[in-house]
Order: sequence, then structure tokens, then C-alpha cells
Amino acid sequence: MSNHEDRPAKAEAAASGAATPGERRDGYRSGPAIAGQGLTKRFGSVLANDHIDFEVEYGEILALLGENGSGKTTLMNLLSGLYFPDSGQIYVDGQAVSVSTPADAISLGIGMIHQHFKLVEAMTALENILLGPRTSKFSLARHRQEIERMCKTYGLTVDLGKPVYDMSVSEKQTVEVVKVLYHGARILILDEPTAVLTPQETESLFAILRRMKQQGCAIIIITHKLNEVLAISDRVMVLRRGRSEALLQTSQADLRSLTETMVGHAIDLKINRPTYAAERQKTLLAVQELSVIRPDGSQALDQVSFELKTGEILGVAGVAGSGQKELSEALVSLTPCQSGSITYCGQVISGLPTTEIYKKGVSLAFVPEDRLGMGLVGDMGMPGNMLLKSYRDHRGFFIDCKPAEQLSQQLKETLDISTPSLETPVRLLSGGNVQKVLLGREIESQPQVLITSYPVRGLDINASYTVYDLLNEQKMKGCGILYLGEDLDVLLELADRILVLCHGRVTGIVDARQASKETVGLMMAGMTLKEELA
Amino acid sequence: MSTLIRLISHSVLAGTPLLFGTLGEIVNEKAGHLNLGVEGMMAMGACAGFMAGYLSGSLLLSLLFAFLAGALGALIYALLTVTLMADQNVTGLTLTIFGVGLSNFIGQYMLVNTATNTLKLPEALNNRLKALSIPGLSQLPVAGSLLFSYDLFVYLSIAIALLLGWYINHSHSGRNLRAVGENPAAADAAGIHVTRVKYLNLLLGGGICGLGGAYAAMVSNGGVWLSDTVGGRGWIAVALVIFAAWNPVRAILGAYVFGAFSVLKYYVPKSVLSLPNAFYDALPFIVTALVLVISSILQKRKNAQPASVGLSYYREER
Repeated sequence: MSNHEDRPAKAEAAASGAATPGERRDGYRSGPAIAGQGLTKRFGSVLANDHIDFEVEYGEILALLGENGSGKTTLMNLLSGLYFPDSGQIYVDGQAVSVSTPADAISLGIGMIHQHFKLVEAMTALENILLGPRTSKFSLARHRQEIERMCKTYGLTVDLGKPVYDMSVSEKQTVEVVKVLYHGARILILDEPTAVLTPQETESLFAILRRMKQQGCAIIIITHKLNEVLAISDRVMVLRRGRSEALLQTSQADLRSLTETMVGHAIDLKINRPTYAAERQKTLLAVQELSVIRPDGSQALDQVSFELKTGEILGVAGVAGSGQKELSEALVSLTPCQSGSITYCGQVISGLPTTEIYKKGVSLAFVPEDRLGMGLVGDMGMPGNMLLKSYRDHRGFFIDCKPAEQLSQQLKETLDISTPSLETPVRLLSGGNVQKVLLGREIESQPQVLITSYPVRGLDINASYTVYDLLNEQKMKGCGILYLGEDLDVLLELADRILVLCHGRVTGIVDARQASKETVGLMMAGMTLKEELA
Repeated sequence: MSTLIRLISHSVLAGTPLLFGTLGEIVNEKAGHLNLGVEGMMAMGACAGFMAGYLSGSLLLSLLFAFLAGALGALIYALLTVTLMADQNVTGLTLTIFGVGLSNFIGQYMLVNTATNTLKLPEALNNRLKALSIPGLSQLPVAGSLLFSYDLFVYLSIAIALLLGWYINHSHSGRNLRAVGENPAAADAAGIHVTRVKYLNLLLGGGICGLGGAYAAMVSNGGVWLSDTVGGRGWIAVALVIFAAWNPVRAILGAYVFGAFSVLKYYVPKSVLSLPNAFYDALPFIVTALVLVISSILQKRKNAQPASVGLSYYREER
């Protein structure tokens, strides 16, 4: 790249404090904020970052786009001092710097907001914000004032006295933003900040980021949601397999070109929706007036009734916390039902312990929302995780590991799971591969009913489409699939029917082929629907 | 009435080594380390403190050596668990075996080299370890014997407890310490030097445990060296941490309650309740077990064990 040659010149300009064109009156310099040259990081045999060059200016938002495992997070961890590069150089304000600890990064004005928040749950927002080396002799009250004043500048709201464990995800994120800003960050790095946010929360985050940009901050945002890249960024860098594929102006990019650069080949963005012959459809699962109460006494599900048929994907839509989790767990008896019944092919299964349901020959497969918490044992390799589901089938005192190993090998090949070895603990795999292991195991038991909670959460485009294909394949085999999703566009394209939950109540079941996004959105907000659309 | 006062002041004396041990372990656990080596660190402190006193006759040197020996035990533990990321439980247990064994060995070695086959602290030092007599205060009725008639160690332990309470819950460094114990990754990202915080606080806790050992050896046993001088007090201290809900100030109360259990046998007249002595000896341990069970049922978020206790922290682990 030819633009390397002029960097020392810029560095000198910045170092001498010469006013570069467009000097801002608020004291922030324009010009290059942070740059990397030839950054390389290797983990074992994997080249996570391979000679990456980039540059971000003050008052600019750079989006970092790439699939899972393309090295986005590694690159940002190099900038925030969590990892140290094997080779390459980082520049801040044009000066060559060494960022070997997070403390170095903070003192250089680099603030990172991690995908998994780095907050101490047992502490309040204020305590979390003040963590770190002591920089001032302010009293607690003075700190509080300063933080509140700063929040006003950036339009942030945060309840400083609230303990973090009581906070919603978006509140936690705000605390993280306030924390890095209060420690003087002028260069902000956000690692997949929107992965856990609702569309409304994402919009307000973007508003905050735009305000920071106006204030002169340099912002790097990691994401794999293309529409967000187009909405928020000025420039976009695409990473693929640890290499920088492209660095371009967002205004010159579009959905298709970005996808192709990211994936490396043309990809069909349309989701398949095969149709299962209607005359072969029969009712698999019938849920009648199911009510569930949460441990805290609130009503999670209120008189929910629906049927799940063979060969269909029944999507479940709703704002987060509308009872989706309780619904999926009640179906497999992980959560007790307060009233109502669940019938599977004529047999009542509600109230039975999970193992009893399994013994009755009801083949339910459950892909929980919390993959490494409920679905898989993170410290076990693939065969061990396969055995969790099948060890009961084998008689005798010892466990027979052979079938599990064969199954793991087979899944690895058919689903293209990338893992150094079968025995590698699954928590070390990337999100998409973890999901493939879990889905693969559940599908292998040839279930009649498959319940999946947010199966593509945190997955990139390629992995998401693999999951959709897997689900469609099961559907065409006659499986009934309950798909709890958060992306309305996907639900409308993938599901056959959509059940909408609002505050634990069913506000309607619509035909996904005819329903519009607006109708479903309104139902999610609580409007009930007349029968004719069902 | 006077029996009750005697029981209370006796409980305070019996509870003081427990208090030291508990405080030391609280500091360790706040740094994210479940150190089961309290018994060992106390034994090392006991031996070093006693021998320093025996040889020099100086109280200050006793305290210094007891603290250093406890901190040395903690240093071994820190090296293994922080730097080499060894399993905390195994390391702690080993430290207990090592510390108790080393202390007994040195004690025995010193014993066989004396003419009388007993090790006794010099008289002058023994007198300095006796209950203080504060003019005007110690003579007060009730309050005098309840509050102002203890030895130096007792007041030292209370002072340490209050200081630690302020340090952990109200100082900037204490906040960083709590962050390290709760979530070292968060602390690291905030620019806190996790390893340094862990080492410093493990050593501090170990030193405080060492002081408790010195108290057991020099005061509880009446200035005469006995083998197994700590005698399981370190284990009670580990449980007391939970009883105290990781709060140094609450530890004062807990230690004295447990102190009371261990001296109860002298205060229950045989004519009222006749129980074998062995029952009273077992009582503190039985109550310890009960405390562990009950407190694990009544676990509350606010005063729970620091979330990362028992886990090693490695920055580049993914």
C-alpha cells in the first residue's frame, strides 16, 4: 500500500502540534487518531491477524466487518492491550506506541467496550466507572458530579447508584460507555455492541455514537450486521480469515458488495422456504391454555394455546421477555406449568419429568438460548457432549465412547465444524461452531419436535444460512419446529406461521407468507388480531 | 453475673486467634483466592513468632517475624496459584500440611536442644503479653473487665479488623481489590494490575494469619511451646469467613461467638448439664459445619463470596 509512505510525515505534524486543516474548537484534533501497520497475531497454528493495516481519524466511525473467526475481536484486543501483537506497529495521534496492557491503552485514550461486558456485577454503576488506577483525588461526591456533567454532554442516562446485577443489557452497555469516556477515551472501540440490543436500543446507541463523533471521538464498531454498517459508519473495513480484504467508503458500498467481500463469494440473501405437502400434515403438539408463573411471582405465560404440525416452522415473535424462554422450557418440562395442558400426538406430557417424556418415546429436541450454559458442557469436547444426550441408551456399566466419536466426526464433516480436534473443549470454538455442535446433536436424535431458541444469535451470515438450511431439511422430513427468533425479517422469510407473544399472551398467530412486518410489529406491542388472518 | 462477664472475656481471648485467621482469609478471598492454607500460615507464624520471642525477648520482633512467616507461606501459595495457576484448593491444603509440619519440626528441634526439654518465653516478654491494666478504665465495674482488660493482641486484632473494613469497603484500592476478586477480566480491562493486587493482598492476609498463630502459641498456650500449637483454629477461621459474610467488622462478632463455643465447657456446671468434654471440644467444629450448610442455603447476592474465588485468571485465554 502506497499510503504507508506518508504516515511518518503525518506523525511529525501531529507531534509538533501543527494545526492540521479542520482543527476543532473543542480541543480534539482532527487527523489520524489510531492506526495499525502490519499487525499480526498468531494463536498456535491459527493466524488470527495477518498483516493488517488501517487508520481511523477523529470524528469518524469505522465499521469493522467480518464473519465469525475472521479476526475482528483479536485485532481490537491488540489495540486495547489485552493481546500483544507478534509483529506490526500501532500509532496513536501519529506516534508509534506500544500497548502492552489495558492500562497503557487507557492512558493513550483508547477505550474498549467488550462484547461480554467487563463489569463487576456485585458493584454499582458508580463503583464500576471508578475502577482502575487512581487518577484524581476527587471525593466520591465530586466524581458523581463530574460523571453526571459528562453524561449530559453526550446525552447518556445512567443510574449511578444501581447495582449492575439489577441492570438490563442496554443499561450495562451505557455504564461501559460512561466508564471509558470518564477515563478520558477519545478513541472508542465497540465489539458487537448491538448483538444483545433490541432495535429501539440499537437506535439510541447509534444516536449516542453520532453525538460522540460530532464531539470529535474516533469510533471503531465491530459488527456483522450489514444494515448497521450502512447506517452508522463513514468507512468500512472488511476482514476475512485474518486479512484485510477491503477498506472502503460506506457511501460507495451496498449490501451485496459488502456480503460478497466478507464471505468471499456471491451469496443468495434470500432465505429458502420449502412447502411441506398440506395433506400429509397432522398435529404433533397441542398446547392448551398453558400458564406459567415465574419464580418471582409474575405471570410469564397466560393461557397460551397453539398447535404445532408436522412439516412446519412455527415462528415465535415478541419483545424480549414476553415469555419466550418460559414457553420453550415449559414444553420440555424444565419449567413447571401452573395450569393448562401439553399434548404430544394424543398423549398428555405436561407435568411429567423430562426423562419420563423422553422414555415415552416423545422425541423432543431442545436448543436452549444459553448454548454453553444449558445446551453444552463447555469444558468437554464434542464426543463428551454427544454422550450427554445418548448415554442412557447404552446398557452396561461402562460408557461406550465409540459411537459418540463417530458421530462427532460425522458432524464435523457434514456441518463443516472447524475445531482443532474433536476433543477440544467446545467453549474454545467460535459461536457458529458451538451452535452447529448443539444443533447437530439434537437433529441426530431424529426428533419429531424441535424447539430452538435464537439459534442464529451471534452468528454471521454464512453460519446463519447453514442453520436455516438445517432447519428446513428437518422440516421437510416432517419435523415440527418451534423457532423462537428476534429478527422479524428472518421470521417472516423462514417460518410458515408466526405466533406473536406479548406479556405472556398470544396476540395472534399469522400466516408468515401473507403477514407484513408492520402487523406483526403491532401485535408484538399488544394489538390483537382478528381471526381471518390466522 | 460475674460468671457471664468471665465467659465473655474468656470468649474474646479464645476468639482472638480465630479473628486474625478470619481477617487474613477475608483479604485472600477478596482477591479471588480461597486459601485453605490458613492453618498452615498460622502455624508458620506461631513458630516464627514464638521462636523470635524466645530468642530475643522482644515483642516487636515476635510480631514482625510472625507476620513475615505468615506472609512467606502466602508467598508460596501466591507463586503457585497466581503465577503458575495451580489449583487453589490443592495448593491451600498442601500449604496447611507443609506449614504445620514445618512448625512442629522446628519446635521439636528447638526442644531437644534445651536442658529442661521445655520451651518457655522469657518472663519479661510473658508479662508484656498479660492483660493490660489501663489506669482509670480497667478498674471500672463491668466495663472495665469487659472492655479494658485484654492483652495487646486483642486490641491489635480489633484495630486490624476496623482498618480492613475501611480499606476493603471504602478505599479506592479496596474497590480495585474487590473488582479483582469479583471479575479479574473486568479489573484488567479497567487498567488494574491484577497480578500485583493479588500478590499484595495474599501476602497481607497471610501475614495477618501469622499474627493469629503467634497469639495461639504465645498467649493461648501460656507462653509454653506445644506441638500442633494452632490446633485446627485455621479451619474454623475459613468457615468464619462465610459466617462474617466477607465483612471484617462482622468477623469480630463471629470470632467471639466461636470463641465462646470453645470455652463453654468451663462455664456449664456439671450439675446442670453433664456432657463429656469431647462433646465441647467438638462443638466449634459442629457449629462450623452447620454455619456452612445454613449460609449456603441463605446465600444473598449482596454479601456473597466474591464471584471469581477459586478461578485462575489468564488474560489471553479466550
